[in-house]
Amino acid sequence: METDLSSQDRKDLDKFIKFFALKTVQVIVQARLGEKICTRSSSSPTGSDWFNLAIKDIPEVTHEAKKALAGQLPAVGRSMCVEISLKTSEGDSMELEIWCLEMNEKCDKEIKVSYTVYNRLSLLLKSLLAITRVTPAYRLSRKQGHEYVILYRIYFGEVQLNGLGEGFQTVRVGTVGTPVGTITLSCAYRINLAFMSTRQFERTPPIMGIIIDHFVDRPYPSTSPMHPCNYRTAGEDTGLTYPSVEDSQEVCTTSFSTSPPTQCVFTVTKAHFQTPTPVVTDTLRVPMAGLAFSHQLSSSRLSYQPAALGVGSADLAYPVVFAAGLNATHPHQLMVPGKEGGLPLAPNQPAHGAQADQERLATYTPSDGAHCAATPSSSEDTETVSNSSEGRASPNDVLETIFVRKVGAFVNKPINQVTLTSLDIPFAMFAPKNLELEDADPMVNPPDSPETGSPLQGSLHSEGSSGGSSGNTHDDFVMINFKPAFSKDDILPMDLGTFYREFQNPPQLSSLSIDIGAQSMAEDLDSLPEKLAVHEKNVREFDAFVETLQ
Amino acid sequence: MNCRSEVLEVSVEGRQVEEALLAVLHTVLLHRSTGKFHYKKEGTYSIGTVGTQDVDCDFIDFTYVRVSSEELDRALRKVVGEFKDALRNSGGDGLGQMSLEFYQKKKSRWPFSDECIPWEVWTVKVHVVALATEQERQICREKVGEKLCEKIINIVEVMNRHEYLPKMPTQSEVDNVFDTGLRDVQPYLYKISFQITDALGTSVTTTMRRLIKDTLAL
Repeated sequence: METDLSSQDRKDLDKFIKFFALKTVQVIVQARLGEKICTRSSSSPTGSDWFNLAIKDIPEVTHEAKKALAGQLPAVGRSMCVEISLKTSEGDSMELEIWCLEMNEKCDKEIKVSYTVYNRLSLLLKSLLAITRVTPAYRLSRKQGHEYVILYRIYFGEVQLNGLGEGFQTVRVGTVGTPVGTITLSCAYRINLAFMSTRQFERTPPIMGIIIDHFVDRPYPSTSPMHPCNYRTAGEDTGLTYPSVEDSQEVCTTSFSTSPPTQCVFTVTKAHFQTPTPVVTDTLRVPMAGLAFSHQLSSSRLSYQPAALGVGSADLAYPVVFAAGLNATHPHQLMVPGKEGGLPLAPNQPAHGAQADQERLATYTPSDGAHCAATPSSSEDTETVSNSSEGRASPNDVLETIFVRKVGAFVNKPINQVTLTSLDIPFAMFAPKNLELEDADPMVNPPDSPETGSPLQGSLHSEGSSGGSSGNTHDDFVMINFKPAFSKDDILPMDLGTFYREFQNPPQLSSLSIDIGAQSMAEDLDSLPEKLAVHEKNVREFDAFVETLQ
Repeated sequence: MNCRSEVLEVSVEGRQVEEALLAVLHTVLLHRSTGKFHYKKEGTYSIGTVGTQDVDCDFIDFTYVRVSSEELDRALRKVVGEFKDALRNSGGDGLGQMSLEFYQKKKSRWPFSDECIPWEVWTVKVHVVALATEQERQICREKVGEKLCEKIINIVEVMNRHEYLPKMPTQSEVDNVFDTGLRDVQPYLYKISFQITDALGTSVTTTMRRLIKDTLAL
C-alpha cells in the first residue's frame, strides 16, 4: 500500500534502502577482515557519506553486493543475506554467521522518509557496527591467518540457516519502520564450534598470495562464490611461501610513528580511492622469525590492494603485545628507546640467553611501554662477577668459624683425607662433621673450585682476622673474619651458615641417643614403682589442678 | 515527559574497571552522537560525518567501537579514571555506580537558571572483585568479555526501540539539545556522575558528584 507516498519520497526511500543494504554489507565484511577498523570524523559534510557515517566502500564488496541484488531491493520474501564462514587450510569449512536484511509488511505510514527514516537507518548502522564486534565470529576473524581464513558470501532470496548447526542463536540488531514495510536486520550465529575446539588458533602471520576463490556446492538458489575476508588481487600465485624478510623490509620503510599503538591510519572518506602508498605507521621488527612476518605481511598486504582498503590500520596492537612478551621472556635483551625514525638496534645477548635468528630490534617511543630500560652491557659482566663472588663468600665464612685451623677455600688438599662421600648417609656432604672431615666438605671446598678460584686467591687478604692464624705453611692466604650483616656472634659462637646447618634438622631425641647413659630398660622398669609412689602422695594436688581446668 | 532509565551491572576485576566502563559509555555515545550541524539559510542544515574506531581492551577479551573523537575519548577517560581512583580509595567493598545522563536545557526567565531535564539515564553498577591466581584472572578476562558482549546487545536493543528523542532543534536552540563544544562530533547534551556505595547501596560520605558539563552556573 503505497498510496500515500509521494513519488519523490518513494524514490528517496528506495535509494535509502539500496544504499543501506550496500553499507550493511560493507560493515559486516570489514568487521571480518581481521583488522581494526578506523575512520575519521569530519565536521564538514563531504556529501558522499551515506547516513552521516564514515564507512568505507571496498569496491569488490560493493560489486558483489550489487551483483547479488541485481537491481532489486529487499522485500517480503526476498532478503539480502551475508554469510560468514570459516575455512581451514585443510579445506574444512563451516558457516559461522548469517546476517539478514529483511523487509516485512508492517508499514509505518506516518513516518517521514527524508528525515526520520534516514536518521533511524543511520542509527541502525551504528548498532550494526557495535554488534559485529560482539558475536563470536569477530574474535575468530581477528585471529585468522595461517590456519584458517574467513570468507563471505552474499545472496539474495530466502534465508538459509541450515548450515549453522544445532542451537544457533539470533541477535536482532534493529528495525526501522518505513511506509513500505519494516526493515529488520538480524544475525544468526553458530554457537557449536565443536570441530574447532581441538585446534589451536593462534596468531600466526597471514599467508601471502593465497587465493580462496572457489565455488562451494550448495543447494542454494544463488551459487555465488565465497570470498575471503581479506583481500588479494586475482592472479597472485597460490604459493604458501612467505616473502623473505628483506623483501618485506623494503616495503615497510622505516617511518616511526609517535602515536600510541591503538591509533590507526586515518583515511579520507571518498567515494573513490587512491592506491595507498606503502607507508605504514610503524615498522616494529621483532626478533622472532614468525612474528616478524606478522607485521610485515599485514602492512605489505596494503600495497597489493588495487584500491585503498583504508582499513590498513596496521595491527599495531599485535606486535606490541609480542614485543612485550618477548621482553618478559628475555629479560636480558637490551632495548634502547628508539628515536623517531627508528634505528633498529642489535641487542647484546648474554651468554646464556638463547636467541632466535633475527637480532634486530626496534622499539616504539616510551609511550607504548613495550620495552625495558636500557642497561649497559658492562653491568651484566659485573653482575655475574658479583654473583660469583657472593657465592664464594659462604664457604669462606663457613671455613672461618668452624676451624681452628684456617684453611682457604679452593686450596688444594692432600690426598689422604677422608671424604664423607664414601659414607652411605644421604646428603653426607652436608651432615655436621667433625673437624677432621671438614676439609672434604664440598661447601667448604667446592670440587671444581681450584680452577675458578685462582683469580681471586691473590685478592683475598685478611685484615685482623679473628681467631688464630693459620700457622700452616700450606696456606697461601688467611681468611678474613667474615661477619654477615646483622649477625650477632655473642649469643652463639657461630656464624649464620653454620648455625643454619646445625639447627636445620631437629635434634636427636635423647631417648634414641645411645650415649645418654648406661641406664638400661630394666633399670627403667625398676624405678617405676618408686615414681608411682611419689605421684600417689601428691594425688590431691593433682586433683585440685584438674578441677581448676574445668 | 518521563525520563527512561536503564541499568547495567558489571562485575569486574580492579584493572578492568576502566575498560568496561569505557566500552559501555562509548557504545551509548556512539548511538547518541551525530555529525556537526551546519545550519544554512531557510532553516535547513547539513550534518557532518561521524567516523568510528575499534578499540581493543588490554585486560578484557573484548573490542568495542567508539566515535572517532579524541576530545570525547579524553573526557570519558578522565571521568572514568576519577571513578576508578575513588573506588580504590574508598576501601569499601568495591561497589560503585556511574550514571550517564542525557538532558535538555530549558531556558527559564531570569533570575532562575536554566533547567536541565533528563530524558535518558544510563546507570552502570560496578562491582569490583579481587582474584588470587593467574588462572582465575584469565577466566575473568574471558567471562567479562562475554558479559560485555551481552551488555552491548542490551544497549543496542534499547536504542532501537526508537523511543523519545529530542526534536531536532533550530539554530538558536541547538545548544539546548546538543553539545556543540566538540570539534568533530556532536553528542546530545550529557553529564556523567558517579557514586561510591557501600554494600547496602546507600552512599557513603565519599559521595562525589562530578559534572562534565557544568550547566548550573548561576
